[in-house]
Amino acid sequence: MRQIAIYGKGGIGKSTTTQNTVVGLAEAGYNCMIVGCDPKADATRLILHAKAQTTVMDLARERGAVEELELEEVLLTGYKGIKCSESGGPEPGVGCAGRGVITAINFLEENGAYTDDLDFVFYDVLGDVVCGGFAMPIREGKAKEIYIVTSGEMMAMYAANNISRGILKYAQSGGVRLGGLICNSRKTDKEYELISELARRLNTQMIHFVPRDNQVQRAEVRRMTVIEYSPDHPQADEYRTLARKIAENKNHTIPTPLSMDELEQLMVDFGILDSEEAAVV
Amino acid sequence: MHITTDFQEKDIVYGGDKHLDAAMRELKGLFPLANGIGVLSECPVGLIGDDIEAVSRNVSKDLEIPVVPVRCEGFRGVSQSLGHHIANDTIRDYVLGKGGKLDESTPYDVNLVGDYNIGGDGWSSRKILEEMGLRVIAQWTGDASVNEMKIASKAKLNLIHCYRSMNYICRHMEEEYGIPWHEFNFFGPTKIYESIRKIAELFDEKIQENAEKVIEKYKPMMDAVIEEYRPRLEGKTVLLFVGGLRPRHTVGAYEDLGMEVVGTGYEFGHNDDYKRTYPVMPEGAIVMDDATSYELEEFTYRLRPDMIGSGIKEKYNYHKMGVPFRQMHSWDYSGPYHGFDGFPVFARDMDMTVNSPTWDLIRRKR
Repeated sequence: MRQIAIYGKGGIGKSTTTQNTVVGLAEAGYNCMIVGCDPKADATRLILHAKAQTTVMDLARERGAVEELELEEVLLTGYKGIKCSESGGPEPGVGCAGRGVITAINFLEENGAYTDDLDFVFYDVLGDVVCGGFAMPIREGKAKEIYIVTSGEMMAMYAANNISRGILKYAQSGGVRLGGLICNSRKTDKEYELISELARRLNTQMIHFVPRDNQVQRAEVRRMTVIEYSPDHPQADEYRTLARKIAENKNHTIPTPLSMDELEQLMVDFGILDSEEAAVV
Repeated sequence: MHITTDFQEKDIVYGGDKHLDAAMRELKGLFPLANGIGVLSECPVGLIGDDIEAVSRNVSKDLEIPVVPVRCEGFRGVSQSLGHHIANDTIRDYVLGKGGKLDESTPYDVNLVGDYNIGGDGWSSRKILEEMGLRVIAQWTGDASVNEMKIASKAKLNLIHCYRSMNYICRHMEEEYGIPWHEFNFFGPTKIYESIRKIAELFDEKIQENAEKVIEKYKPMMDAVIEEYRPRLEGKTVLLFVGGLRPRHTVGAYEDLGMEVVGTGYEFGHNDDYKRTYPVMPEGAIVMDDATSYELEEFTYRLRPDMIGSGIKEKYNYHKMGVPFRQMHSWDYSGPYHGFDGFPVFARDMDMTVNSPTWDLIRRKR
């Protein structure tokens, strides 16, 4: 069983990319499970064709304690036999979502969600590694392989670099490795070259460049992945390629995060930020 | 009345504010005569950032009683001391001077501040002040009422026992209401007489006469206590490590019994506490700040005191070391120690500690 965690800046397309890629893997015959680690609970809707599934924490709140739950209630099976679970959590601004992730993953582990027949488990994690709770999927014994979804936008790159720092921390103790950057294109200038270079500097690879295509949105409004909605569309092949590359990936490294100055210099080198502007910043 | 909201995992994840809201309303139903509620947040609540202020505001409005949110999580500040400061500030903001009922004022209205009524301390202190002819309109915060804390701003003088924990509210009342404050010490007859006379000086001749009468009345009783216990305690040495006012305020009481405090220390003292401590200590005594277990052990080996006065954290170490130990954080189970009622209890307790034959059965290490 390979356990993979997907991180990246909020709104970059982690959930969309994860679900489309997992469908690509399922299509190729792999048994997969997705564990959503985000209170928004939108990591499985394209697989289940539902608005949002019942989450572990929501049901635990309703029943009073997590011990009152049965695994079948929160582990559903969707398109192509993909198993889906969501940690859930509080609405923005209250409580501790990080603790919710910890509780939910412990529940799944203790109740046998991680069966031997699974080839891949994907953790779709909220934005940054803001606290210990969101590092739960990469702590000992869980995901050892991480992919960061990014784009050529400054803040997405900044987040990718920051997440690398989190990975570095757990790389020493837990054996976590970075598998690569997934560039979810925003059609910014020299995006391919920029992310390739960022990947090189982080001691990893750009595992795939996913072009921007509105077909993704068209599929999404129908609560479907591109592969299911339009199997013959070129964008579906992009996700199949990404799935194949992840399945075949042997390039697992300890990242080498950049300093803020180095990151800005990278933007200067690519002519996105001129050196005078950088000085003003 | 102390109630816990029974914070569970789901409250951590989803926030405990709704739970708190429901608990307070239920509480008012169960105890309809309650005049106010204090919300004291512990660590998990502070970590997840529950908005206890907003909940308190809503509940206060609906129930029409003050609801005081106190953000006193244990991890805040370097010591317990910040908790005192926060508590003072919240009482200032939510209770003090906010209405309350006091029919008439007299020139003898005082507040008894910084007395936590441990083992009835507050009552024995209050008794002295009342016998002097003063009127205690509020006592803080042992056996206090919400009304007392509201009307405290109408007193003529604040008499403060535990300076560390409540100097903040005294300073505030001085600035805001022009109420002077005066520190005193009701441990042991010497300090009690001294304090009574100093307090009386702040009032008219009538009070001063009363003060002498009070001293005259109780002195024979105090002398009898000294006569009984002093021979058994004469020359015995004490090492103290406590908090608040005790590291310095109890020194006189020990001396009344012929004992010597060879070392003392605070768990959360500030510079102003130490300034008040040095003058009362005998020559050559050691003063410690926030001592570690190792330091306490080492001081004990070197000073070889006949008795230790400290808290439950230290208790078992000293039991194992075979050194007579007295819990000096709380005397709730014997007490009081304050005032004329307290001194006989204090003397008896120290005698029991030092002279208990139990200690002869344990070989003292080093």
